[in-house]
Amino acid sequence: MNNYDINKTPKKQLLSMQIDLSKFEKATEEEKKQQDVMSESTTFFKDGMKNLFKNPLAVISIIVLLLIIGVIVVAPMIVPYSYEEMLSIDGKRDKGAKNLAPFEYSKAEQAYMEKGGERFPHIFGTDEQCRDYFIRVIYGTRVSLVVGLFASIIVLIIGMIYGSIAGYAGGRVDLFMMRIVDIIYSLPDMLVIILLSVVLTNVLSFESNSFLAKMGTNMVSLFIVFGMLYWVGMARLIRAQILSIKENEYILAAKSIGTKPGRIIRKHILPNCLSVIIISTALQIPSAIFTESYLSFIGLGVQAPMPSLGSLANSAREGLQSYPYKLVFPALMICLIVLSLNLIGDGLRDAFDPKLKR
Amino acid sequence: MADLTKNTNIDEPLVKVEHLKEYFPVRSGFKKLTLKAVDDVSFTVGRGETLGLVGESGCGKTTVGRTLLQLYKPTDGKVFFDGEEITQKNINQMRKRMQMVFQDPYSSLNPRMTVEDIIGEPLDVHKLYSNRKERREKILDLMKLVGLNAEHATRYAHEFSGGQRQRIGIARALAVNPDFIVCDEPVSALDVSIQAQVVNMFEELQDKLGVAYLFIAHDLLVVRHISDRIAVMYLGKIVEIADSDELCDSPVHPYSQSLLSAVPIPDPKVTRARKRIVLEGDVPSPLNMPSGCAFRTRCKYATEQCAKECPTLTDRGNGHMVACFNK
Repeated sequence: MNNYDINKTPKKQLLSMQIDLSKFEKATEEEKKQQDVMSESTTFFKDGMKNLFKNPLAVISIIVLLLIIGVIVVAPMIVPYSYEEMLSIDGKRDKGAKNLAPFEYSKAEQAYMEKGGERFPHIFGTDEQCRDYFIRVIYGTRVSLVVGLFASIIVLIIGMIYGSIAGYAGGRVDLFMMRIVDIIYSLPDMLVIILLSVVLTNVLSFESNSFLAKMGTNMVSLFIVFGMLYWVGMARLIRAQILSIKENEYILAAKSIGTKPGRIIRKHILPNCLSVIIISTALQIPSAIFTESYLSFIGLGVQAPMPSLGSLANSAREGLQSYPYKLVFPALMICLIVLSLNLIGDGLRDAFDPKLKR
Repeated sequence: MADLTKNTNIDEPLVKVEHLKEYFPVRSGFKKLTLKAVDDVSFTVGRGETLGLVGESGCGKTTVGRTLLQLYKPTDGKVFFDGEEITQKNINQMRKRMQMVFQDPYSSLNPRMTVEDIIGEPLDVHKLYSNRKERREKILDLMKLVGLNAEHATRYAHEFSGGQRQRIGIARALAVNPDFIVCDEPVSALDVSIQAQVVNMFEELQDKLGVAYLFIAHDLLVVRHISDRIAVMYLGKIVEIADSDELCDSPVHPYSQSLLSAVPIPDPKVTRARKRIVLEGDVPSPLNMPSGCAFRTRCKYATEQCAKECPTLTDRGNGHMVACFNK
């Protein structure tokens, strides 16, 4: 193409369609370079995260959740009361500090403060056993979040392994494994949870002072219940994903290379359904928190005096007429956590779903 | 590099396929039917040779390629590679020597892997390097071989054009230094200008590395350009095999004749003088194949014998094999 000389080409006739070369300029080196520039190399994950942070609802939810996590980490260090401690002044039990309203001081405390003593305010008031309600709600939130997180992780691990084996193996193995899932699915959840909680509480015993004993048998049995029951949904989801992904040609390509099934699942299939896994795990957390609250509400959750949001709400029920705020605080906390997790889950789905991409 | 001294009997063809059959069970309602995707196919591919495999869509070309590599378990028949029969046991060793390039460069590359990892995977699987540095060097060499820049190594497949993606796929196939590559319509998803580049690259690689190809395509011009010999398939059977020029200039089987008459020739004079042989009717369903010769329902030379017996490939001289009673 370089051989064309503008001066050698015949003159353009008036009506001819010939292109007038003198009207064209040669591209400069800089302009040529501009054509070469490819878009910035982004990974799927980075791309999704960028999309996520464009979603105002998701960003607000992340901020709210981070705030809650910050408070439950920091508050126990600042507030001088513990969740099981009955309030006392100078070593003497303060019997008047029962059912105080938020930011109210008992008579003994007022007298103490008049003498010049300092007293940390009861931000959410106190309960009927003279315990600071704020710190109890904080600890309850901790318990609920931990239960939600761990339960989801347990569900994720079991569901992922089971689902990917069933999906990848296919055929009879898949048929058999999925019928087991169907059986578990068909059992009424709550009945099994209640039965298991009752049985496990009696069966489980831990060495005292061990980490598990500190959590209490009820909490451990909660995890087991989650592990045994709620993985089925995850397993089904992951199996369905794998069934569709394994038809892709790159799986066949991996097979033709000689890749072993385990590596194909790990390297090729799971990374490609990662978005679905992240999203459903994020959406699993609130449902686990709900179940935990429900179980604590009917008295099968965490062990007293350890509070959880559900058990706090349950004990608030008795004095609902006189002290409605005691129900409001834990309920509000559950709402905030569940709502923000759900919105984050939704945001993740929107951000990572390739079908929604422009 | 494909070393011809690997095996002592050089005269033996590299790949020998004998009576390969691949049937798929199909369920329609309560009836169980078998789909004969590949029905009794035999051919050979010599060292450094290219065998073109042509036929219309759905005639089982791709299935031949995949069954040959044991990606589908063959219903019947044997495949010999370098004199050794391929079985489920030694297939993993064999995969080091026979590879595949796929049709669709968009779906045959994992979107979550970088180019480096895609090309490096065969190396990982067969442990063909001793340290990270060697792995990287090998990958960069391969990328250079297929005409990709080293700076592309950290990019993801979706950042490339179709031609570049196909190059990545070819580099992946070459990573284990194979003697034989099944190219499953490697250029049909590409633009014509890119097709030429990629086809030429296949030829260059053959000259450099001495690999043999089974080149599956439906574009006869491309196949004629690259192949030493061509096999024509119709409904799961090979109806004609010959040297590529001989088959293109003097096809014998009525199906090959019709197929070749449909190839566009970029010369209006020739095209006007040519008579296009248009086949009547549709391809019969592979679920309900006609008795005897599969092509007889559309063949103008069909006789009673065609309905009763199935013609076998017979030599018409010079290794020109045709399966037809009447031509």
